[in-house]
Amino acid sequence: MNRSTIDLWVGIFVVIGIAAIGFLSLKVGNLTSVSSAPGYHLEASFDNIGGLKMRAPIKAAGVVVGRVERIDLDPQTYQARVSMRIDRGYQFTRDTIASILTSGLLGEVYIGLDVGGDTQMLADGGKIAKTQSAMVLEKLIGQFLFDKAASGPPAPMSGNAAPGAAKPAAAASVAGGATK
Amino acid sequence: MRSEVVTWALRRIGERTLNSVERMGFAARFSLAVLAHSPAALRRLQLTLREIYFAGVLSLVIILVSGLFVGMVLALQGYDVLTRYGANESLGILVALSLVRELGPVVAGLLFASRAGSAITAEIGLMKTTEQLSAMEMMAVDPLARVVAPRFFGGVVSMPLLAALFSTLGIFGAYLVGVRLIGIDAGAFWGNMQAAVDFRYDIVNGIVKSVVFGIAVSLIAVFEGYNARPTAEGVSSATTRTVVASSLSILALDFVLTVFMFRGIGV
Repeated sequence: MNRSTIDLWVGIFVVIGIAAIGFLSLKVGNLTSVSSAPGYHLEASFDNIGGLKMRAPIKAAGVVVGRVERIDLDPQTYQARVSMRIDRGYQFTRDTIASILTSGLLGEVYIGLDVGGDTQMLADGGKIAKTQSAMVLEKLIGQFLFDKAASGPPAPMSGNAAPGAAKPAAAASVAGGATK
Repeated sequence: MRSEVVTWALRRIGERTLNSVERMGFAARFSLAVLAHSPAALRRLQLTLREIYFAGVLSLVIILVSGLFVGMVLALQGYDVLTRYGANESLGILVALSLVRELGPVVAGLLFASRAGSAITAEIGLMKTTEQLSAMEMMAVDPLARVVAPRFFGGVVSMPLLAALFSTLGIFGAYLVGVRLIGIDAGAFWGNMQAAVDFRYDIVNGIVKSVVFGIAVSLIAVFEGYNARPTAEGVSSATTRTVVASSLSILALDFVLTVFMFRGIGV
């Protein structure tokens, strides 16, 4: 094997190897959208963050505008303090509402931002005042059972009509619990 | 009589301990010597390029073909499980994360150890057996600089490139099976993958893993070859030890690296 053939093959090998790393970074890892996003920070306090994790997406109208960077417990108020990194280029009004939502029944937990009508924008390090905690399924079920018990003895479960009749009532009180 | 047995047992334990400490010390000094000779490998770039050819270019076929098949099997099996939960659009995430984080570096490392590591050990061991290494020393050529260091660096350079190619071909294989054969939407396949794979946490950590495995495999291969008993049997057992030791160290290092890399990000 002479020298120039070896050089040629090593050159080909190195080039396609680096091309593979480039493919992984750009096409698989989507580096372009990460690097072009020097962001700023916002904070929000929640009573309960549910299953929110670090690096969870922050969405406004369904579009990812940032990531959760840090989660810790405020020792004074015993609220969860969530630090968010928002891509520069997105501005949010001071009366923005941050709520913890779940995409689908089993999907990922994310923070949804609903923009209000204020004219002033949140600056770097700003705090979102209005927040809505995560819905905890166990609490909703507990609330629902409590409501059922308070509204009197359950209807007798005979015949086909009773389960059907109970369903709308159940849906109504779950919805009532959620808006509280 | 009884005390003789006890003394004999103690002597055996002492001998074993001393031997393993001596071997470990020799391995550590050998590693430092190889690193100290790294400028020599860079100065004789032609030798290192030759070793990249033997370790990297000649491993391309096995790496590319097995990457393709691993990706295709992952896609088939992943689709089978994911479709039970109605999550078959997440196939891209499953394949890309398992390849980039784990399978790419680990399987490429195992293949590299058995394909290139064993060859390096056998070559250096045979050079030692036929006294080529001693002949070099007689001619005032340092075998560490002329033989060992280029092979070590050839392996260290080749390994990350091979692991990246393995992952790439695996994702391509998953694309062929998932999108072309099964019929998952191509946009969902790539879009979900790009949303879930992070450059810093997944891809950089995967590359770091493959660099570490490359260093471990190359070091074990040159050490076993250089340290082989100069007989036919010695070379064969050194080659076996290379494959066994580097495979085990890849798997153990992978666990340790994973513990440190992927803690505290919610996975």
